[in-house]
Amino acid sequence: MSAVRDLVAVLRDPAVALAFDGARWTRLLSVARAEVLDGTLAHRCADLALPAPIAAMLADIRSASETATRRAVWEAEMARRALAPLGVAVILLKGTTYAAAGLDPAPGRQIGDLDILVPRDRIDAVEAALLGNGWEWVKQDDYDDAYYRRWMHELPPLVHSERDRMIDVHHTILPLTARPTPDAAAMIADAVPIGDGGLMMLSREDMICHAAAHLIADGDLAGGLRNLWDIDRLLRQFASDAPDFWDRLATRADRHDLGPAVARAVRLAHRLYATPLPNDWHKGARSDAVFVRRLLARNGWGQETHGVNRFAFYVRSHLLRMPLRQLLPHLATKWRKRGLGGTG
Amino acid sequence: MRHGLTLKIGPAAFRVGSDWRAPIADLRTLYADYPPAPDGFADFTVRLEAKRPWRRFVRPSVHLGGDYMLPDALPLSLAHGLLAAEMGMNLQMALGWRRHLLIHASAVEKDGRALILTGESGSGKSTLAAMLGERGWRLLGDEFTLLDLDSDSVRGFPRLVSLKNAGIAAVEAVADAARFGPRLEATPKGAIRHLVPRADAIARMDEPAAPALLLYPRYGFDAATRRLAKSENFMRLTQASTNYVALGERGFGTLSRFVESVPALALDYSDGEAGIAEVERLWTEHVG
Repeated sequence: MSAVRDLVAVLRDPAVALAFDGARWTRLLSVARAEVLDGTLAHRCADLALPAPIAAMLADIRSASETATRRAVWEAEMARRALAPLGVAVILLKGTTYAAAGLDPAPGRQIGDLDILVPRDRIDAVEAALLGNGWEWVKQDDYDDAYYRRWMHELPPLVHSERDRMIDVHHTILPLTARPTPDAAAMIADAVPIGDGGLMMLSREDMICHAAAHLIADGDLAGGLRNLWDIDRLLRQFASDAPDFWDRLATRADRHDLGPAVARAVRLAHRLYATPLPNDWHKGARSDAVFVRRLLARNGWGQETHGVNRFAFYVRSHLLRMPLRQLLPHLATKWRKRGLGGTG
Repeated sequence: MRHGLTLKIGPAAFRVGSDWRAPIADLRTLYADYPPAPDGFADFTVRLEAKRPWRRFVRPSVHLGGDYMLPDALPLSLAHGLLAAEMGMNLQMALGWRRHLLIHASAVEKDGRALILTGESGSGKSTLAAMLGERGWRLLGDEFTLLDLDSDSVRGFPRLVSLKNAGIAAVEAVADAARFGPRLEATPKGAIRHLVPRADAIARMDEPAAPALLLYPRYGFDAATRRLAKSENFMRLTQASTNYVALGERGFGTLSRFVESVPALALDYSDGEAGIAEVERLWTEHVG
């Protein structure tokens, strides 16, 4: 079995890794690192009786991820403090949410930037407050800056000058140019507190909608195995807590224009991670196989494979984000800037 | 990948893959006395890859990949493939290793106690460590010194010594010619030649040593020594460590104990022989 299929199989059922020899573990670990699932893998395998060198490396990975998680959650607290005087609730998105709220995808999950969601009409105040509290713009040119502000679902990225951590301030969950238009106001209105520390998170249904939008309706599926793992863990957790979860999820996905994206993400989670689904969620599309192929496009050295399929998803990601009449001038500008020595 | 090998160096095992034969052949020769990864398990993978298929043949340039990568690393020419492999292994350690506190330093051992040499690139620490390694000291490592987070001992990591520019001739004068790799001209760091550590350094690479003295050598200055305050030493070591921040509180604990217990001196020296003599004098004075 290929190393990337090994990764999926071990995440699903860690005990299968007991049969792997050292060389197979080497390939597994390379693929897991390339897919940024090494922390998750290390946690899933924490209780296995493995040879000492492998167990030691997995323990290292777990301790690294513990430190990284602590820093990420602290960064969320720093943002909360910076925005508290505005009376704007900080709604966490993605990885930081899972860690701060102790949700099931959290153990070992890598967390990159801090992603938060705030109401669009408060975005200027939020930006000013962050700039006043040590965050600064990552250097970019006027075109990129203007592009972000006019068309994107988030501010241009800001980085904290001392802690060197990036924050993405979203006002909705998909670019404004994308075809589906999720109801960001409803997401914000239905957000729920995380414990009593003053941070917020999306409702359970919205959390799945966002994860599915991010995976299926935005981007080129890079890091898709990780995002799909989040979806698998969240679905298992939420569905076992509330029997009517699936119906509420379907209703909510339709409201956000995300019915097909959510259905696709759910089916893919089932195909790869065996997420238990109700019968009416099984109805598959033949194109799911193309997505699976893209998600598994990596060899045992950790290198990307299936160039054509990969490139097709790259093109698709641009077409999803904006109509062709807007995409072509955008790419032309980017290309011209690259020619002039810009960073594209 | 078409060509590959595994290597164990001290506590870490590597898998190196390449689209070309030559860098792997060089590694096989130079690392001939090192064990392969036990049971084939490597902690890290390094890839020397052609970014486009035709770049294997046309103006071949080595793109450095692996488990841990720098986003904007520049490719190297195929003639520098061995250097790329070494840089790749360094990078995995710098970004991925968590079992020890990593200090950018060379280290040698005598009677179970370790002398650690740290400083900027060009300070002469590699040359000094290589020369000491030819004079009865056991080489513990060139690029990285590994401090155990629990026992505070220094763990051997005797990779090839990377000699640069003037350091090459100085060590060529004292070490067996058969232990040198090819001379690499005009690399981003100037001329480089790798030296295989002596057989005992490789055979005893799993034997730790107790840290006894830390020196900050500086080549090309009038002879002078100066004792470093613990505060300055601590700050400079946080800068010289690649994983101090990532280790969090454990890194802080290990580094604090190290600075409390190991004397540290800045050592300016004008030429290799004088430097060696001064190092050995300081060792006698502070360690015995």
